[in-house]
Amino acid sequence: MSGQQRFAELHLDRVQRAFGDTVALKGMDLTIKGGEFVALLGPSGCGKSTALNCLAGLLPLTGGRITLDGKRIDDLPPEKRGFGMVFQNYALFPHMSVRRNIGFGLSMRRTPKAELNRRVDEAVRLVQLEEHQHKFPAQLSGGQQQRVAIARAIVLEPPLVLMDEPLSNLDAALRLEMRTEIRRLHQSLGLTTVYVTHDQEEALALADRLVVLRLGEVQQVGSPEEVYAHPVNRYVAGFMGYRNMIPVTVTSQDGERTTVRADGVELVGVKREELTEKAVAAVRPEDFAVVTETGANTLEATVEIVEYHGREQAVQARLRNGGQLHVRTSSRLASGDTIRLKVPVERVLVFS
Amino acid sequence: MTAVLSPRDRRSLQRASLKHRLAEKGVDRVLWLLVPGAVFVALLFVYPFLYGLQLSFQPKGGGNPFQNYVTFFSDPYLADTVWITLRLGLPAALFNVLASIPIAFRMRGRFRGKRALTTLLVIPITLGTVLTAEGLLAFFGPTGWFNRIWMALGADEPARLTHNYWGVLFSLIITGFPFAFLLTLSYLSGIDPTLEQAAATLGASKRQRFRTITMPLLAPGLAVTFCLSFVLAFSVFPSAVMVGNPAGETHVMSIAAYETALRDNDFAMGSAIAMLMALVMLIVIGVVLIWRTTLYRGATGGKG
Repeated sequence: MSGQQRFAELHLDRVQRAFGDTVALKGMDLTIKGGEFVALLGPSGCGKSTALNCLAGLLPLTGGRITLDGKRIDDLPPEKRGFGMVFQNYALFPHMSVRRNIGFGLSMRRTPKAELNRRVDEAVRLVQLEEHQHKFPAQLSGGQQQRVAIARAIVLEPPLVLMDEPLSNLDAALRLEMRTEIRRLHQSLGLTTVYVTHDQEEALALADRLVVLRLGEVQQVGSPEEVYAHPVNRYVAGFMGYRNMIPVTVTSQDGERTTVRADGVELVGVKREELTEKAVAAVRPEDFAVVTETGANTLEATVEIVEYHGREQAVQARLRNGGQLHVRTSSRLASGDTIRLKVPVERVLVFS
Repeated sequence: MTAVLSPRDRRSLQRASLKHRLAEKGVDRVLWLLVPGAVFVALLFVYPFLYGLQLSFQPKGGGNPFQNYVTFFSDPYLADTVWITLRLGLPAALFNVLASIPIAFRMRGRFRGKRALTTLLVIPITLGTVLTAEGLLAFFGPTGWFNRIWMALGADEPARLTHNYWGVLFSLIITGFPFAFLLTLSYLSGIDPTLEQAAATLGASKRQRFRTITMPLLAPGLAVTFCLSFVLAFSVFPSAVMVGNPAGETHVMSIAAYETALRDNDFAMGSAIAMLMALVMLIVIGVVLIWRTTLYRGATGGKG
């Protein structure tokens, strides 16, 4: 497929959506460049699906505006925007065959029959559904239905493809397979994509840029690496796998280097926000190393629960002050062991 | 575990195994609870039906067993009842189904006052035909409100809307609409709203979405709604007497059957008319249901 209508810039300007008294999306600002793969990430209720529906035109805005290359589009109904959308439940038309589902958008545009058939053939081949093209949606597996939904959205070569948690109804193995498939389609077709998910692994794997949302507000926008390694606040950190949030008191600050203390704990870490006295030190479970000697940035804890995960063990340990730690380690530990855990300074993030 | 089972355990084991053995033969014992119901239906429906059927072949004067049917079709006063009843039943059912579509369409979403509006639309179902007929007489009668306004607007004579075809048709619409509306609403609510949203993102206008998505998925339900509405309207009796002209243009089949059986004391002929009534209904329903088999009838929830 070629010649899709590329755009330069899609701009969301203080986009707001309220449902009665509750504001689901509080003034979202975002610029999406043509060809980009952007993931909106957050737990349920964070406003990510609302944002997607606003982009698609399925929900009218209650404030702000959306412009495509400077042209205002938020007052257009969905059928005039021409964005492709993949729904969480696929929303395949149950009374139409796979081919007619995929060709639906083209026939609505009164595409000549020969061209319609050619493009549907191409889309069917692209998502590898040649054998199933004459079946009905109810005769397909979840993964195949997903492929139909994707083919139906991209056959129109839309300037923007919107995906609303498309993999959440699939089992784990299929989810990984379809994830790669979506990435492959994006790379080969270059379609600008906005992808909504609550799964940070999925977002990190797929997206060029991540938008982390919480309670209708954008927390951080950045490349997967930026968001993963340098979360801007404790909320994003928690979402990006910093499972250990140790409540601490700040004792000294030297530029970025910050020394913090709690009962039986003394750590040196990197400051990520302006700090007052009370703070949290965030550490990823896999950044702890089990060591034998005492030393700087080393915590002592007692192993409570050990889960076997193959190469690694997921360990729940308790600090002497009663705080809980999550640790992933390849050392073999047993419940009741007293261990020392060392963490590098740059892997301790201090948030207010 | 001990090897010795208490008598109670042994009994429960046997009980379970009986259930399993029956299940293997496709017998579900719970379904046996339907036996009283089935007997009831047999006694009160199948038996009278078969009795009426055989009675219709025993004409009062003896002779040709088909004499009653021959009489029916050779007497225009009787034969015309088929046409008269269809002329009432088909338009009433069709109107009720078609009118319920846009209203049900609007009533799908959530909005303020939905419950009050639904109640208002459904109340006529609870009124009963007699009350509806009285209301119609008062409203559409020669001195009713409608004609007072009609005359005040400058009409020369009051419109004749009662004691004729129109009175009965109105009555059938008022009592039949809530029924059709409730059925249509439930069929429509069963269609996943994201299907229409998906069609919209694919460029389908409102009209195209209705024509290509909603209507095909709703049509099988509408066929059933039409059949039930038609059966209700076709067996019209009280309103044909009260707001119609039972000796003339609303001399429907049920009135003919009633008069023959209970006024003229010809039960055999009355049965024959009742049988013909059932036959006409079956033909109409059959045609509609055959058309329905050509439609998509699977799930409308959109999920696989």
